[in-house]
Amino acid sequence: MEFLDLIVNVSASTLRLATPLILVAMAGLLSYQVGLINIALEGLMLIGAFVAVVLGVAAGSAWTGVLLAAIAGAIGGAFFALFVTDLRADLIVAGLAMNFLALGGTAYLLQILFNVQGSYTPADFASLPVLDIPGLSDMPFLGKLLFRHSPLVYVSWIIIPLTAIFLYRTVPGIHIRAVGEDPEAARTVGISVRGMQYLALVLGGLLCGLAGAHLSVGDLALFRENMTDGRGFIALAAVYFAAGRPRLAALACLLFGFFEALQFRLQTTSNIPTQFFQMMPYLMVVIMLVAISVRKEWQKG
Amino acid sequence: MTYLSMQGITKYYPGVVANNAVTFEVEQGEIHALVGENGAGKSTLMKILYGLEQPDAGQIAFDGQQVSIPNPYAAIRMGIGMVHQHFQLIPSLTVGENIALGFETRKGLFVDQKTVNERVQALSQQYGLAVDPTQRVADLSVGIRQRVEILKMLYRDARLLILDEPSAVLTPQEVDTLFDVIQNLVQQGCTAIFITHKLREVMAICQRATILRRGEVVGTLKVAETTPTEIARMMVGSDVDTVQLTSESHPGPLQLQLENVSAEDDRRLPVLKGINLSIHGGEIVGLAGVEGNGQHELLEVLIGLRKLRAGTITIGDTNVTAFDGRKRREHGLALIPEDRNHEGLSNDLTIWENMAVTRYYRAPQSQGSVMRIGRLKDAARDLMKRFDVRATSHDTVVGTLSGGNAQKVVIARELADTPRALIAAQPTRGLDIGAARFVHEQLVDLRNQGVGILLISADLDELLAVCDRLVVLFEGRIVGSLRRQDATREQLGLLMAGRTTEQAGVVS
Repeated sequence: MEFLDLIVNVSASTLRLATPLILVAMAGLLSYQVGLINIALEGLMLIGAFVAVVLGVAAGSAWTGVLLAAIAGAIGGAFFALFVTDLRADLIVAGLAMNFLALGGTAYLLQILFNVQGSYTPADFASLPVLDIPGLSDMPFLGKLLFRHSPLVYVSWIIIPLTAIFLYRTVPGIHIRAVGEDPEAARTVGISVRGMQYLALVLGGLLCGLAGAHLSVGDLALFRENMTDGRGFIALAAVYFAAGRPRLAALACLLFGFFEALQFRLQTTSNIPTQFFQMMPYLMVVIMLVAISVRKEWQKG
Repeated sequence: MTYLSMQGITKYYPGVVANNAVTFEVEQGEIHALVGENGAGKSTLMKILYGLEQPDAGQIAFDGQQVSIPNPYAAIRMGIGMVHQHFQLIPSLTVGENIALGFETRKGLFVDQKTVNERVQALSQQYGLAVDPTQRVADLSVGIRQRVEILKMLYRDARLLILDEPSAVLTPQEVDTLFDVIQNLVQQGCTAIFITHKLREVMAICQRATILRRGEVVGTLKVAETTPTEIARMMVGSDVDTVQLTSESHPGPLQLQLENVSAEDDRRLPVLKGINLSIHGGEIVGLAGVEGNGQHELLEVLIGLRKLRAGTITIGDTNVTAFDGRKRREHGLALIPEDRNHEGLSNDLTIWENMAVTRYYRAPQSQGSVMRIGRLKDAARDLMKRFDVRATSHDTVVGTLSGGNAQKVVIARELADTPRALIAAQPTRGLDIGAARFVHEQLVDLRNQGVGILLISADLDELLAVCDRLVVLFEGRIVGSLRRQDATREQLGLLMAGRTTEQAGVVS
């Protein structure tokens, strides 16, 4: 029984830890499909995390914080689009700038707003409440595994098919894919390349904001400097691993989430240095990226 | 009734007049061929009609009304459709999605793909263009992709169809099918402009043909009242008396020899079929022929970019068949490629860098793996003087030079160390008269120094001006070989149109 509990616990935290990755991966997917490498995911997510907790506290509601985080992310995405489309900045450089701006900016604001360094834990502020799905959450094992989560976990599950439907069934989605594959061809049929790039990056920013909010107000209410810890890049790796397919990318995110959960668990139960376990999710990224290039070679051969 | 009328269309590109007061008229319900060599201005004219380029002067009337066509979207809305030579399809989308792209039937935010596909099916049956709307374009052959492009035009209610060299990418069987399709479309009320440089195709399906040369209209003919020979002559020009630059030739030792050379094109169809060609020192051999008969592939074979199916290539006494480009160059081969901007030069690099690329790696220009930049720059300065390259300095970026000066950079590099054999492909294309003359003088100088030269040109004037001997390439074979003094335009025209030597009345 203890072993089964362990499995349920690790699985539940896998889902919890995969949530921000999934949301950011869907953001990365949108920009992948429109033909832009978005390495600003990380920064946009950090902005979302910061805004959710700070403005959430100011408004006295975690939900308001989530909403404002999504809006902030979308605005950030629009700025990124402005730089890379209208101002023709280099994608990589603009992305890096965005990330450093978010990293430095949030740390700086933390300092001047709350006079703290490193991390900020608001007093008397409730994070998003765990949402038990009535009727289902009481099921043995499955209830705890699937139906007792923070609300944004469920949102991430809905976002996966929504992204797929958007990209493959709607007019703007198909136009985004057309632009990503052949901007010239898209232009000759009257599709606005710039418009689609904006759309993809703004929607992506919105998802990044949600992902950040999950980190800062989803379970606990706190903001830590650089609390995204490279999740934006891990999600990007998942997108490339999946070659832009939503379900596969989500699956890759779950795998990362699993290794992160495993890592937490093993840290507390074993004598091996914790740093070794902390490496595991990142090691997975390297392995997956190798898998991509091997697969590409294989396809060529 | 005149359906489309383009009057006095003029379009300048930096340094070139792409279209000079072109007048082009198409009647309703005809298939009208637009013919001319590459660079004659066909594509520019059609880009203007399709709204991809704006003319600097001239008017367009379509279906009885004066129109301006600011972008392709406007052209499509007027009922003008174009099938580009390079398909404008999105491979990962389905046939139906591609056909409707930008013109989808909507259900709110969603594409009503069912309605779209039904309409595609209906059009597909009406015009005999069988496609499966649910298939992904990535999985289709080139011929079917072209069918999708045609359906895409029809889906947008195009009545005037522009087909840009539609047969260039097809197998012979697919070409026959395409012709049936075009004729069927015209029977059902469409009008077609058919861009090509294959005379056989003009004769096969077109009613009239307009011939462009060097950006100007040479004439518009009724196909029924003309011959391929006449069209070929008009394409390559017979308007000016040629200037004879050459003195008597004194052929020396064999410098470049092709024996039984065969090769395949990118579609794996035979494109060179047993070419035998000998070029001696001190002679210029001209390779005539309508473009697309294997010239491009021959060039690639010579410089080592395309594999041979059979045969050998010899430079001097060395069999170089297995050598790469660099080794062939080290054995004395030089090349002026047909597209100087893409194959001849790197536009982002400076003049000295472009001049250095053939020799930077060996002594004395480099020591070990370190380039001696000073020496390379000095050499570039000398070459600029010797070949009259007009630029501020050797540090000037090549992309900013005019066509003539850019070509001089290529020529300076290729002729810096006198080669054994030079291949010059369309060396004066896009150049003004002065620059073209300079190129011709350089070729003749080189010949007088004992270099063997192969001049590949689509311009009969140029060939007759500077060559000692002419060979004609037709469908991958050398179909005739004539001494310059024996050659007439009529004979060359016949040979280029695929007549045999006997039919052309050549004594050789």
